[in-house]
Amino acid sequence: MLNILWPVFIILSFIYAIITGKVNEVNNGIFDALESAVELSITFLGTISLWNGIMEIAKNTSLINKLTNILKPFIKRLFPELKHNEKANQEISINIIANILGLGNAATPLGIKAMKTMQEDNKKNDELSNSMMMFILLNTASLQLIPTNVIAIRTSLGSSNPTSIIIPVWISSIVAAIVGVLFVKFLIKKGKK
Amino acid sequence: MINNINYISSLAIPLTMMIIILYGLKEKKKTFDVFLSGAKEGIEIVVKMLPTLLGLFLAIGLLRSSGIIDFIVDLLTPLTELIKFPSQVMPLALLRPISGSASMAVAVNIMNNYGVDTLVGMITSVIMGSTETTLYTIAIYTSCVRIKKTRGVLFAALAADIAGMVISVFICRMLS
Repeated sequence: MLNILWPVFIILSFIYAIITGKVNEVNNGIFDALESAVELSITFLGTISLWNGIMEIAKNTSLINKLTNILKPFIKRLFPELKHNEKANQEISINIIANILGLGNAATPLGIKAMKTMQEDNKKNDELSNSMMMFILLNTASLQLIPTNVIAIRTSLGSSNPTSIIIPVWISSIVAAIVGVLFVKFLIKKGKK
Repeated sequence: MINNINYISSLAIPLTMMIIILYGLKEKKKTFDVFLSGAKEGIEIVVKMLPTLLGLFLAIGLLRSSGIIDFIVDLLTPLTELIKFPSQVMPLALLRPISGSASMAVAVNIMNNYGVDTLVGMITSVIMGSTETTLYTIAIYTSCVRIKKTRGVLFAALAADIAGMVISVFICRMLS
């Protein structure tokens, strides 16, 4: 995707700038862009390392198991077809916990595992099963407890209150997830007819 | 109300860190050593991310400084006014489902232009925090089991994204 978008963005910008006589602005734009990328990376160096370290502690404790238990009733309702598939349930819960804790790097491989386990039970194996649809939707919803990247961006841009967005983020993530889940439920119902 | 929301927001990080570290202590883990090994990995993540950020910040910075973004924003203004969506945030809304790092570059660009603590800055932050790279996620999870028939899960995910964006605008308007 970006192999198409990236060159198109750059070439179009240069052509547009030359036509509208904004060559100087574009020249400044190049160096401003590099500067803000490096600045943001320096902020990230601090915050991402910090959270990775903290979450490494979480990974090493029984906290993950505790959270899995809390999730159980939700998983049961969202994935009724996996009632007897203990392995899939487990993998889905760990993937969701990893998403909530912001362990993006851990969440994806776990999610792929869960997809493969669900595929074993899939009757039509060229088509997503109901459970797989629900699982993918939950992964496209942002369930992260602490939006660390956004807070880091806000900090590096000098916000006076970088964390003030946390509650608004929770509210809109939850609303988005509910809309998505209902939509998938609707698609599942439609598929049955 | 706004003060309470800010207070709870500001408690989220300290509480999360405290609970995790206390858990580590309770289970007699070498918390500092474990922390260090995780932090080290974090540095690798950022170093690997830098080239991507550079490349995408460049592309987005060019789109902005050449005036293309303003041109597109102007084009979209009548439409976004209809749904009361701030047109300055529109470039983010369009790129967000496609690419994580490109949308990050756009978000930084928007906040640089209109301020972090302004309404536009808040909306940008909340959208970034509450949505995911939908297309990428769907691509990964369907390709790993070689499935092409996705039964419209893309539409469900995009509907969720749109709902999240609309609610983000609504909440930020309410709070400001």
